[in-house]
Amino acid sequence: MRAYYTYFKLKFITGLQYRAAAWAGIATQFFFGFVYIMVFYAFYKSGSGNLPMEISKLCTYLWLNQALLSLVTQFYRDRELFNLIRSGNLCYEFARPKNLYFMWYFKLLGQRYANVVLRFLPLLLVTSFLPKPLNFTFPVSFNAFILFLIALLIGSFLVVALSVLYPIISLLTMNEKGIVNIFVVVADLLSGIVIPIPFFPSFLKNISKFLPFQYISDLSFRIYVGDIGIYNGLIGILIQIFWLILVIIIGYFLMKHNMKRVVVQGG
Amino acid sequence: MSFIEVKQISKTFKLAKKKSGLLEAFKSFFKREYFYVKAVSDVSFSIEKGEIVGYIGPNGAGKSTTIKILSGILNPDSGECIIDGLVPWQNRREFVRKIGVVFGQRSQLWWDIPTEDTFLLLKDIYDIPDFEYQKNKEDLIDKLNLKDIINIPVRQLSLGQRMRCEIAASLLHNPEILFLDEPTIGLDAVSKQLVRDFIKRLNKEKKTTIILTSHDMSDITSLSKRIILIGKGRVLYDGNLKKLKNKYEDEKYISIKTKEKLDLKCTGLKSKKKSVDGYDLVIDTKVISISDILNKISKRVKIDDVDIENESIDNLIVKLYEDYKI
Repeated sequence: MRAYYTYFKLKFITGLQYRAAAWAGIATQFFFGFVYIMVFYAFYKSGSGNLPMEISKLCTYLWLNQALLSLVTQFYRDRELFNLIRSGNLCYEFARPKNLYFMWYFKLLGQRYANVVLRFLPLLLVTSFLPKPLNFTFPVSFNAFILFLIALLIGSFLVVALSVLYPIISLLTMNEKGIVNIFVVVADLLSGIVIPIPFFPSFLKNISKFLPFQYISDLSFRIYVGDIGIYNGLIGILIQIFWLILVIIIGYFLMKHNMKRVVVQGG
Repeated sequence: MSFIEVKQISKTFKLAKKKSGLLEAFKSFFKREYFYVKAVSDVSFSIEKGEIVGYIGPNGAGKSTTIKILSGILNPDSGECIIDGLVPWQNRREFVRKIGVVFGQRSQLWWDIPTEDTFLLLKDIYDIPDFEYQKNKEDLIDKLNLKDIINIPVRQLSLGQRMRCEIAASLLHNPEILFLDEPTIGLDAVSKQLVRDFIKRLNKEKKTTIILTSHDMSDITSLSKRIILIGKGRVLYDGNLKKLKNKYEDEKYISIKTKEKLDLKCTGLKSKKKSVDGYDLVIDTKVISISDILNKISKRVKIDDVDIENESIDNLIVKLYEDYKI
């Protein structure tokens, strides 16, 4: 376990090396947050009022989304593992007395947390001082906040379990682009990162019910703003755990399978 | 049963056949042809504990592939390999604790952080106890002269500095076997010497078994008594380096500088080639002595300069490659 923790720590240290990147990240997320909010704000102003979420809840949802982006999006990919595979530095990974699946899992997890820890506070702090209803608000209740934290944690485990599949697949295909890129876009769309799930047309809502993606971030954010109650939140967390275990099992055995067939590139 | 026992290991790679050009690329997008390369075929050898073995061969001979199979990274198609009672690719996690690997063309150090941070990671990965870690680290810092460079981010190190750190990183957990795949690639003479001395000492003090590949024959000659020569995936020679040298020892290389045309035929002269400003001759000293041949030449032409060379180990290898047609 210690080794995995150290991986996590090192990723964190590495992340801290790039201060400029962190500041640029914050600026980008401010920008995107504003764009999203302005678009939705326009809808709310001109719409029939028949919208699934109050605007203040939506804004908090969107700010959470931006602040925690690298914890929840599939789009965020660690170049390191892909580079290892393409360049052949992979051979050192194989020469370690640890389970490769979990080694990679914690590398990705560490990277994401390192990224988010540096960025989320300034963004949430500043946005909570914005004029109502565009500001970031406190959670609906203390219980909801605790549940939000749990769901967010499991959600981040789930997103890593999914994103560790890509390097595992590229052990054989060599190139992560193509199918993975399409998959990433679809997954992000269905997880509610572009448009929150309540705004989906009903057929899409029904489809995404049977997929793991909306349990990455939509569940926890909606628990936070009170759009999902405690009871439904708890059920959601059970489904989250189910998906988490399933995806980890798939990844674990896929890794085992691919490791036997791997070719180290570049002599 | 030897410490390392390799029996008839084979590994084939499947490669896509691609001709260059846009049209060909387009064709191969729809219909891809494959061909198979036997990287290693029927390789067998055994190595005792504490040996240093030089594993040599031309580019693409299968050296690295063998090393990767022995270190549990690749699965061979067929064959057996038992190292200290374990099959590398089956008991991978247990096995790799016993080995250290250095791939000269790759890096295991984290690019953005100082070497010492990578060491800490390795300490946890290999579960090295604090006491042992401290002792090993200090020992390695001392012997590999790392004191001034261990706290610099790896991306700012020179190649030679980095290589020393790489070697140290591979030895923190006191491995019983060390695989070195071109550890001196790109190093200057001083760094090379330092690395060689270090490897020698390691073998002597800790009885570490070392398998080494290199294209620099002076690495091999200064480190190992035994070589395994591999070409086109097959073991061509396995044995004492000295014996191999003796086989070719009687040959001398004579290069003569002259402006005149040399017409010479005699027994013992194995080859004669025109060079830019003279001739390169190879003679067998068992048949004709150096003074005799020089005598004969000087009678025929005016010699401006002459150079007599023993068979160098590099030439020897080239000759071996020629003899085995690889």
